[in-house]
Amino acid sequence: MSAGTANPSPSTVTSLRVRSGRTVELALTVFALLIVGLAYVNVELAVREQLPPDLWWHLGILGAAALGLHLVLRWRARYADPLLLPVATLLNGLGLVMIHRIDLGGGTGSVATRQLLWTGLAVAAAAGTLLLVRDHRVLKRWTYLAMALGFVLLLLPMLPVIGREVNGSRLWISVGGLSLQPGELAKIALTVFFAGYLVSTRDALSLVGRRILGLQLPRARDLGPILVAWMLSVMVLVLQRDLGSSLLFFGLFVAMLYVATERTSWIVIGLTLFVGGAILAWQLFDHVQRRVTLWLDPFAPDQSDQVAKGLMGLAHGGIFGTGLGEGFPYITYFSNSDYVVASFGEELGMVGLFAMLMLYALLVERGLRTAIGAREGFGKLLAAGLSFTLALQVFVIVGGITRVIPLTGLTTPFLSAGGSSLLANWIIVALLLRISDHARRPVSERRAEQQRSAKDEATTRTREVR
Amino acid sequence: MGELTLNLIRLGVIVLLWAFVFSVVGVLRGDLYGTRVLSRNAGPTRSRESRSDRRTRKNVPTHVVVTEGSLRGTSVPLHEGGLLVGRNPECTLVLTDDYASGRHLRIYPGADAWYVDDLGSTNGTIVNGQKIDEGARLDPGAQIRIGQTVLELRR
Repeated sequence: MSAGTANPSPSTVTSLRVRSGRTVELALTVFALLIVGLAYVNVELAVREQLPPDLWWHLGILGAAALGLHLVLRWRARYADPLLLPVATLLNGLGLVMIHRIDLGGGTGSVATRQLLWTGLAVAAAAGTLLLVRDHRVLKRWTYLAMALGFVLLLLPMLPVIGREVNGSRLWISVGGLSLQPGELAKIALTVFFAGYLVSTRDALSLVGRRILGLQLPRARDLGPILVAWMLSVMVLVLQRDLGSSLLFFGLFVAMLYVATERTSWIVIGLTLFVGGAILAWQLFDHVQRRVTLWLDPFAPDQSDQVAKGLMGLAHGGIFGTGLGEGFPYITYFSNSDYVVASFGEELGMVGLFAMLMLYALLVERGLRTAIGAREGFGKLLAAGLSFTLALQVFVIVGGITRVIPLTGLTTPFLSAGGSSLLANWIIVALLLRISDHARRPVSERRAEQQRSAKDEATTRTREVR
Repeated sequence: MGELTLNLIRLGVIVLLWAFVFSVVGVLRGDLYGTRVLSRNAGPTRSRESRSDRRTRKNVPTHVVVTEGSLRGTSVPLHEGGLLVGRNPECTLVLTDDYASGRHLRIYPGADAWYVDDLGSTNGTIVNGQKIDEGARLDPGAQIRIGQTVLELRR
């Protein structure tokens, strides 16, 4: 062959064969259960100097829930991301262990048992979500319904009969002895709304508008609905005196706008609005001022010593921690809900706490990876929004405990005692699993699926015609 | 229950936590490689060679890989007939390097190794730090520099 006639070698680009990863998921879930079991044994040995009498029973419920969800995934979402379930199981299990530990130390009764029941319920809700929502794009049809639902959920605690005020925040409703924090679920509904709304208006938001000082400013009418939605949600939250959630919603709003439009101007506008709002809130509200002083000077007398106690707990833990069951985390208020991270910091030390933060980072990474992999705008935005809420929530509460930012009461996803938070976070995981199943499914199976659904649609149509 | 056992369990929890984190990260590595680029010519060439004399060709390179320059990462299979490198579109490996000539060099098989000829290029070819003209032997791992591009033979 003469060199002159040699053709440039053509190449083909093929995507790698996708492994469903279900076996990896099973192995990692069992590994996670093992760690939870060891932590449980550790607590009981340290506090009561005996092996937990109902170890198998308790671990069994958690294991049955996690493995049940695993089976649902094998059945209905074969290509879902294999790492979300094990990480969520591990975090949830460690939360249960810590809540049980606080029960033993602080005599708070049986919060852990209730939390275990909620875990079962939450995982069942996640499985239900996966079974009901066979394709996440269905949610896009319910964009405005999701908005309405979000506001109703946010407003529920303001209602006279079922609403309840706890510790100065009106966030709970109690129905038949069961108390719920509907704001947690509102988070998901509003994310669905933002995703659905932004996917249809992002072109108008990012391309039309005037340029001022190098920033692309959108038109007022494009901005209108979402600004109104945001102001309403923030107003509701300020009225309910829940700073953490209002920060969360605002962050979610700005982040999703940024993801949808790729305009830095949204971050600038958002931060400006945030700084303005924060200064205003600081001047107007007494409880905000108290939070800021507590942040700047946690050891000053005549104020809540929660932050100070949390910091001392963390310091007591040091690098390797006192060991589970050997510290005094129950001295801090809300050591099993808002301050659960400080409890972990004391008993597992910095090394253990960083491992847990890594778990959160991995969970968020999987969510964002799902967003990158998703092939259509709605799934992308929804996955990005859901994982961003998770990340922001962890940042706000861990930042509050470690004095990076003023402390605002937020639950730590999967760890804190509290059913609604657990429920909301497992549903978030279920939605991420559903989107990732869609994103990772190989082309050949996707086509078969499309044909099947097209056939279904055709049959229903003919039925309607008849 | 002794103090030692408790301490061992305590450290065990932390060690296992990190082991879990690292095993998750290990699974994650699969994500870094989303697509695979295959040369359409690579398949048959390789199989034909492996059928004929696999034993003797074990240590012989089969690919030219661009390790530096704008085409970095590109890989072209080696042919018995040799291959031409340069900026002309007729070349097997078409360089986008401003310092490369239209027909820059030729890589061809000899009795025991691959050889390279510089085809009278303007800026020359450097193999392992030495400027070459014709019939330079290429040992495995030898680096061929053309302007800002570096080629390497790989198995």
